[in-house]
Amino acid sequence: MSEHAKKAANFIADEPRTDWHDESLWFVRTKRDRAAASVPEWEQLRQLASDIKDNVLSNLDSYLEQFEAQARANGVQVHWAKDAHAHNEIVYTILERHQAQRMVKSKSMLTEECHLNPYLEERGITVIDTDLGERIIQLLEEPPSHIVMPAIHLKREEVGELFEEKLATEKGNNDPQYLTEAARQHLRSEFMQADAALTGVNFAIAETGGVVVCTNEGNADMGVHLAPVQIHSMGIEKIIPRAEHLGVFTRLLGRSATGQPITIFTAHHQRPRPGTEMHIILVDNGRSEHLGKKDFRNSLKCIRCGACMNTCPIYRRSGGHSYDNTVPGPIGSILSPNTDLEAHSDLPFASTLCGSCSDVCPVKIDIHEQLYKWRQKIVEVQGLPAAKQRALKMTGKILAKPKVYQNAGFLARNFLKVAPRFMVYNGLNEWGKSRELPEVPKQSFRKWYRRNRRS
Amino acid sequence: MKVALFVPCYIDQFYPQVGIATLELLEKLSCEVHFPQGQTCCGQPLANSGMEEDARPIYEHFVQTFAGFTHIVAPSGSCVYHVRHHYDLLGDESEALAVRSQTYDLVEFLTDVLQVDQLAAQFPHRVGLHQSCHGLRGLRLGSASELMEPSFSKVRYLLGMVEGLELVQLDRIDECCGFGGTFAINEPAISTKMGKDRAADHQRNGADFITSNDMSCLMHLEGVIRRQKQPLQVIHLAEILNGVVR
Amino acid sequence: MREEILQRIRQNKPQLRPLPKIPDFAPLREDLVAHFKEVAQGAAIEVLEEEEGITTVVAQQYPEAKQIVAPAYPELQTVAITQESPLEVLQNIDLLVLEAEWGVAENAALWLSEVRMLRRVLPFITQHLILVLPQVQLLANMHQAYARINLTEQGFGLFVAGPSKTADIEQSLVIGAQGARSLTVVLT
Repeated sequence: MSEHAKKAANFIADEPRTDWHDESLWFVRTKRDRAAASVPEWEQLRQLASDIKDNVLSNLDSYLEQFEAQARANGVQVHWAKDAHAHNEIVYTILERHQAQRMVKSKSMLTEECHLNPYLEERGITVIDTDLGERIIQLLEEPPSHIVMPAIHLKREEVGELFEEKLATEKGNNDPQYLTEAARQHLRSEFMQADAALTGVNFAIAETGGVVVCTNEGNADMGVHLAPVQIHSMGIEKIIPRAEHLGVFTRLLGRSATGQPITIFTAHHQRPRPGTEMHIILVDNGRSEHLGKKDFRNSLKCIRCGACMNTCPIYRRSGGHSYDNTVPGPIGSILSPNTDLEAHSDLPFASTLCGSCSDVCPVKIDIHEQLYKWRQKIVEVQGLPAAKQRALKMTGKILAKPKVYQNAGFLARNFLKVAPRFMVYNGLNEWGKSRELPEVPKQSFRKWYRRNRRS
Repeated sequence: MKVALFVPCYIDQFYPQVGIATLELLEKLSCEVHFPQGQTCCGQPLANSGMEEDARPIYEHFVQTFAGFTHIVAPSGSCVYHVRHHYDLLGDESEALAVRSQTYDLVEFLTDVLQVDQLAAQFPHRVGLHQSCHGLRGLRLGSASELMEPSFSKVRYLLGMVEGLELVQLDRIDECCGFGGTFAINEPAISTKMGKDRAADHQRNGADFITSNDMSCLMHLEGVIRRQKQPLQVIHLAEILNGVVR
Repeated sequence: MREEILQRIRQNKPQLRPLPKIPDFAPLREDLVAHFKEVAQGAAIEVLEEEEGITTVVAQQYPEAKQIVAPAYPELQTVAITQESPLEVLQNIDLLVLEAEWGVAENAALWLSEVRMLRRVLPFITQHLILVLPQVQLLANMHQAYARINLTEQGFGLFVAGPSKTADIEQSLVIGAQGARSLTVVLT
């Protein structure tokens, strides 16, 4: 069984909790539906967003150069990182130069991807994640299970216990209002003490050299506006050509992510505040390579809204951790094989190819098509487990030859003995453990047809 | 109208009544139905497992078998979607292109080609409609709940012609049943859980029957229902439209 | 490193695709004020139409507020903030009153530019926030807003669309996460 299947089975073993997880995310999906339905031009906006991103990908080098020049003219220090290690080094060098001991960080999937926190911690820097969900999982020493709602897999009781231990909250008080207030006090004191602040980037505008950061809590801004050093880490695909394009993306992002008409704070950072430094790190980490893959480059359009996770019937029932990747869910399953096909080869198979992800995606990434294409790629590169592949190859031979197929089918009116090899190749048990097999009819359609229609 | 009937492999073997209902229904609607005996399968099980290249001979065989027919009809959205969409592997070869564009799911053949507006069918039961994902989001037989477009459903339109049939309202109108071909075997825990959740939705909302234009979804749901001993039955859309009274 | 990345992009990028033109989308609703109010309510924003003046609004809505920053309303202001004001002063602000430049009906977002906010952190660090917006500055949607805003003019600009909030614990909505605990919009 694949890694994902094992982890999913583990998650599902607690069925009430699985139902709770599924319902929580489905609720977000329904909020998204209502928000999208309130905009008559929704589908047009998706198409525009997709087209803008197509243009960006086809002209990325020029936009990056333009962005860099503008940002430099704005007094921003721009850095280029070819991979995760280079990114982490750049961050560390900046911090070292300022003798920074404590850095506050708002949500950034990129820094998760680069494993920045452990890198800095090994070098004596304290990193405090300031998004509430991120802070919770950081204190729990777990990775996020969702890119927008990192702690969606946890129950209030678990957060209550954690805060009791880490933030000295009252025993047994699991009220989200109370726990959030405790986190507010704790994080406010962290903001005051921070020597540097780092955020992710939602959009970077080539025309202006500025970056846009969206949050609901206001934590990214509390960080960067108080600390003497402000750092924004961004994947190179976050570029958009002009400020006017923000109109399209800000209308889609919040509605797709949580069903809000817009995130509470949409901050536009153009220049450093007087007397402080502003850095932007442009990170490649496989993206320029990814850009060359015709069938897969579309996934670089992703604006990290998480809608494909909320809609995915598998994600909702297996939890984000079952994907074992920074970005879980459908989009994670098509992004991860780009960086490490070997390690993530189970993910493109963790889908029924139902296509809900592609239809919900605000930038129209053909997610389920890419899952299908990754499957082909994975078999081409590393093959399937030998037995499985043999059985399927045999199936292929049978199905390409009608005589053989008919004999196989007819000889075995006890079709079920053939079917497992034919359709379900690795035995009946995985089906039969939890589901009944079809009842074997007296005759096949073919036989009926010969008797009843063929003269 | 001359029509070639494609009966997907699992329907041929496990659900002959669906093939029969499709054939009879098409005949009632004055079609001259042919069943090319050399037909096997669309090749989807291999392709979905990542073995598209090994499926190529199956694709070629399918095209050979059905070349020359202007209308190829199958009671399975999933297989039709596969032929129409994933046979792009065969390139721009004209025979393949023709077969791809002329292969129809039964539903769209009835609504779009034959433009059926009445049927002599009765089915006095409470029915839940399971939207097959490949029919819905692949062939666009209806509006998907994710898309902000005018609501429509070719399947509902046809069911509306059946006397006595009462469609129940589901909580989640187009969530996947969890079959997904080899997914059902590769990810048995999730697959089963998805099937259970779908079946529960239908039961909770008072359905006696679950119908769909895709038998593979129904095969999965039936497996779950029978194991759970739920008071539900599955029935393919073709059987209802063909006027089977149970 | 820079050249290496750019070079690989040049090699790998697809053929140039055109940039689409963004059409003029009609307002979702004609009555912008009513629309704004309705959306604001959903985002826990208190919307008042100024009848009795901002002083009365403050007295009624925030009677407890002592440390008040209101650069445009000297009669209200109890604390003057400068670029040099220390953190201890900033973190004790109870109420901040600012004038917003634009409001957007479709999402109840208000645009604040850096000049008007004095210090970038103020709209976040204050416990409560009042934004004053002339009704004539209400726009229908984000396209209209970005057409009017010049991002390059200033070092920082912000859309605020409600009090700071989170739903990170069990999707349970809590108002007042790290930033302002409440937002009142006074339409003038």
